[in-house]
Amino acid sequence: MKVRLYPGWISRLFVFAVGMLTFTGFMQMPLAKRYYLTEVPGMAWTGDFYMVHKLHYIFAAILLFVVGVVVVNWFLEWNDKLSLTPFGMARVAILGGLIISGGFRVYRNLPDVTMYPDLVMLIEWVHFGLVMVLGGVALVALLKRRSAYAIKK
Amino acid sequence: MDDVGWWNINQRTKRKSTIMKRSKKDSGNLSRRGFLKTLGVGGAGMLVPSASMAAQERVPTPSDGELATLLDLSKCIACGECVTACRESNAAKFPEPVEYPKMIPTKRAKTQDWSNKRDVDDRLTPYNWLYIQTAEVEHAGETHEIHIPRRCMHCQNPPCSHLCPFGAASKRKDGITRIYDEICMGGAKCKTVCPWHIPQRQSGVGLYLDLMPRLAGNGVMYKCDRCYQLLDKGELPACISVCPEDVQTIGPRYEIVAQAKALAREMNGYIYGMNENGGTNTIYVSPVPFELLNKAIDRDNSEYKGLGKGKPHLKRVADSMADETNLATATIVAPIAGIAAGFLGLGAKLLKSDDNEQGGSDES
Repeated sequence: MKVRLYPGWISRLFVFAVGMLTFTGFMQMPLAKRYYLTEVPGMAWTGDFYMVHKLHYIFAAILLFVVGVVVVNWFLEWNDKLSLTPFGMARVAILGGLIISGGFRVYRNLPDVTMYPDLVMLIEWVHFGLVMVLGGVALVALLKRRSAYAIKK
Repeated sequence: MDDVGWWNINQRTKRKSTIMKRSKKDSGNLSRRGFLKTLGVGGAGMLVPSASMAAQERVPTPSDGELATLLDLSKCIACGECVTACRESNAAKFPEPVEYPKMIPTKRAKTQDWSNKRDVDDRLTPYNWLYIQTAEVEHAGETHEIHIPRRCMHCQNPPCSHLCPFGAASKRKDGITRIYDEICMGGAKCKTVCPWHIPQRQSGVGLYLDLMPRLAGNGVMYKCDRCYQLLDKGELPACISVCPEDVQTIGPRYEIVAQAKALAREMNGYIYGMNENGGTNTIYVSPVPFELLNKAIDRDNSEYKGLGKGKPHLKRVADSMADETNLATATIVAPIAGIAAGFLGLGAKLLKSDDNEQGGSDES
């Protein structure tokens, strides 16, 4: 039986947020209508680009809340008792990159903010590339049955 | 000289010096330096009435911020010079399709080919980035025939750019929203999210042909880029320099806004574009309300069934990105709330795991 060392709600909320961010992130591409996903009952919203975009923001906020809780707990409590696994470290680094590049995206979308087009393009592709890498690393970790981010010291 | 008219004066000065020869060549011949010299020498004498408005040289710099255009619709005569000049100025950017892959699924992903309809000029197409709408309206006891040059509005906070998943559309510091054809996949999302549905697709060109042409992408989107290649050299966009009626003026947005308000007051007219979609860099001033114009251009189509594809409306437009702007606050507040919750001990207590050293979990 698998047992998480940290509270289950943290893990579940994290997985939910990352999963929904990945889905709404991919739905930023105009694929839902082309591939009939919008025809599936209850999935019509996937063809509403603004809706998908706003949901991406909301799931990002949920993820950032979890990250805030975990970071504080790590430095206050868990640091002495837990250590990151190699797969955990890799995913934390990738996640950090995703949060930073996503933060730039949110900043760029504000009124009165104009960033250089080359930088915008770089941020887009870094964000897109990192989520692909995160998916790959997560899949390998799952297949190797080493999906834990942290283990007991 | 009034700052407001600095770029418009260039246009007028240049036209006078070429004795009303209106051609694309005209628009491209005057360098920034030449234009500024002309502005200092001839422009002031021609247009400026008093010493207190003495001409001053102005070089567009990043500190000028976004450039906007003002279109005085009371002047447009629908001569079509701007449409022709736009085509000529941007001819090198037009798509030259090489192949049309059969796409999947065929019912949903349809090829859009305008390459054999390049002459179409009564709507926006990949080969026609500017066209003129005409509206005949009754207002205040008078009949007005108003002609409206239509092209990209160059929004201040452009959703086409912000929602493009590949960064293929971007707003420049000078307020131009450009679609970069090397990166664009032609998914037409920008067209869908644009309140005026401006960008137009040409299949058979672009990056998608080198990736998964049958499965993703469908060409490249095209629209007005305000002749950035000319502006970069300190020259006017072709549609502005060629206009025989001085319909358009370009300059820093805050000056154009002031000029638009003054013009509207002067003609007892109406403004469109100032606040549309949160503010655009294309501001129309008309002697008749835009609601009437919108109804009138709608009438051109059969039985009020909408303007049709490639024919933008003139309705009032709310800020498309307003919700995202509000949600941005949530992405700032959320981690702060998480940190505060962490300090309050939320989730701090670790579980016992005597029998599981690996602490397996299901994180993704």
